[in-house]
Amino acid sequence: MQPFTTHTGLVATLDRSDVDTDQIISKEHLKRIERTGYGKFLFSDWRYQADGSENLDFELNRPEFQGASVLVTRSNFGCGSSREHAPWALDDYGFRSIIAPSFADIFYNNCFNNGMLPIRLPEDRVDELFARVAKHPGYRLNIDLTNCTVTDEHGFSATFEVDPFRRKCLLEGLDQIGLTLEHEDRIAAFESARGL
Amino acid sequence: MSDSAPKTLFEKIWDAHVVHDEPGRQTILYIDRHLVHEVTSPQAFEGLRLAGRKVRRPELTTATCDHNVPTTDRSLPIVDPISKQQIDTLRENCREFDVRLYDLDDPEQGIVHIIGPELGLTQPGMTIVCGDSHTSTHGAFGALAFGIGTSEVEHVLATQTLLQFRPKTLELRVDGQLGPGVTAKDLILYLIGQLTTAGGTGYCLEYTGEVVRRLSMEERMTVCNMSIEAGARAGMIAPDATTFDYLRGRQFAPQDFEAAVAHWETLPSDPGATYDKTMTFDGADIAPQVTWGTNPGQVVAVTDRVPDPASLGAGDSAKAAARALEYMGLQAGMPIEDLGIDRVFIGSCTNARIEDLRAAAKVVQGHQVAGDVHAMVVPGSGQVKQQAEAEGLDRVFTAAGFEWREAGCSMCLAMNPDKLSEGQRCASTSNRNFEGRQGKGGRTHLVSPAMAAAAAVTGHFTDIRTWKF
Repeated sequence: MQPFTTHTGLVATLDRSDVDTDQIISKEHLKRIERTGYGKFLFSDWRYQADGSENLDFELNRPEFQGASVLVTRSNFGCGSSREHAPWALDDYGFRSIIAPSFADIFYNNCFNNGMLPIRLPEDRVDELFARVAKHPGYRLNIDLTNCTVTDEHGFSATFEVDPFRRKCLLEGLDQIGLTLEHEDRIAAFESARGL
Repeated sequence: MSDSAPKTLFEKIWDAHVVHDEPGRQTILYIDRHLVHEVTSPQAFEGLRLAGRKVRRPELTTATCDHNVPTTDRSLPIVDPISKQQIDTLRENCREFDVRLYDLDDPEQGIVHIIGPELGLTQPGMTIVCGDSHTSTHGAFGALAFGIGTSEVEHVLATQTLLQFRPKTLELRVDGQLGPGVTAKDLILYLIGQLTTAGGTGYCLEYTGEVVRRLSMEERMTVCNMSIEAGARAGMIAPDATTFDYLRGRQFAPQDFEAAVAHWETLPSDPGATYDKTMTFDGADIAPQVTWGTNPGQVVAVTDRVPDPASLGAGDSAKAAARALEYMGLQAGMPIEDLGIDRVFIGSCTNARIEDLRAAAKVVQGHQVAGDVHAMVVPGSGQVKQQAEAEGLDRVFTAAGFEWREAGCSMCLAMNPDKLSEGQRCASTSNRNFEGRQGKGGRTHLVSPAMAAAAAVTGHFTDIRTWKF
């Protein structure tokens, strides 16, 4: 898994709450058996018109958001289906971190398993980020997972909480299956005690 | 907490499955049953291959194809080459890793959350996972069951365990009784409306109370199925005689069934066990429900009107409601019963079991599908289809003008050719009314099977409590 330590990148905003994984990656694109190449399908129903051209009203298509690697959005991001194609699509599009007041559980977990960092910040801090993105074209954020901070060049500073084990896995890019298999003897003992 | 302290159903199952716990780490939790389908598994099997790993316990793993399968004539080849490749990949993976597959030509093929219980694979006290968020369905048996991502599918295949944080517990107690015509679907839609789509985030739900105790096994599955729509990965109901009666004699039920029952009887929450949070409701307050928006929490009684976003405060929910009304082509104040429909879908892991089809057929009996309405019934499994045909339900539906299909997920998520066209309005017994869920630009209203059937006949939403059977 790709590690995540620090990241500085252009910020895009998506001003919608309850963005579900059906919106993030539409089912037409779940038929593929690969793990990569989903970026062009990200938010496809919103990003493209019926004729395949870009929908210029959709936020992510704004010229100033091109090349963004940090997404700032609203509460309950990633609700709905468990499809890991959602973080795959966000990752392939270029997002390394997503900042929102809250995330749906399965999506939140899936991000960590793909070397991406979802960050929960209080609603008023997220509001502040929306305002700063609107005010400063080319707005960038510095994300530091070692110190759990989000900062910009204009004085914004926030700390976030993340489970220490998840943080360690992300910082070091650890393979979770490999970690669990270090306890193979315990799994075998559990099975044998239960007659499994 | 000592072992003698009162425990909830959730705590008993969790504690019995801890392989390893150490401070600062996620718990390694043993998984009793892993269900696999074609859409979320190919990359997991590929991961095993790349790392040179095996499936640790193939006999605890069961696969089916459901999401991406045609529901038309199964003797014909699959037209979409990418869909065909995905199904062929599952076949090859199951062969290579020695996993039992319920393939398209298997009489027991069907939606994963319908065949698991049907086959008796789903049992009280188990931990059950699947790369699908509606795995919460299996919690109806008093199991801890939840959806996982593909990386976790690979983790379970390789280790038969998962790394998990212990969720909090939320008791949803529904006292009293449901009124006539009010179903399990209305109950769960009402509860999601009360909790909102994120109200259950971080919790394992337990549904309790007189209303829940009276539900049949299939009704309990409908309730637990939609736990995820309130944000909860898992929802459960304590096992009781209803559960045991359902399981007795099923293909994979325990051989020493009475010994199993004796164990299962110890699972319900102990008197005095406490939940992190409890919410109580009265069954009498619940009317037949219809969603009006683009998430399952945007729901009202069929006798209500489309709400005014301005009445929902100044925050995100008002903005989301305004956006939802625009997408749905609705104006605030419209009576729900005046909304005309183009399509009806009776199916999905929420409502495609035999009791659902019986309830819908009872409404349809002796009627015709209205004017231009296109209506279809997609049984949840081969067994459900066979049973319905033995009871003559298929003929009730087809005589009324419904299409009668083969088993699969179908238009619940519209991965296969069954989908809505732009702007079409659908009364659907499925679980998600997200934008584009049933086809780009499609407008989904979630209802019970009886309400979907009534809408098919009248051409608009109709209060089933006024139906002349």
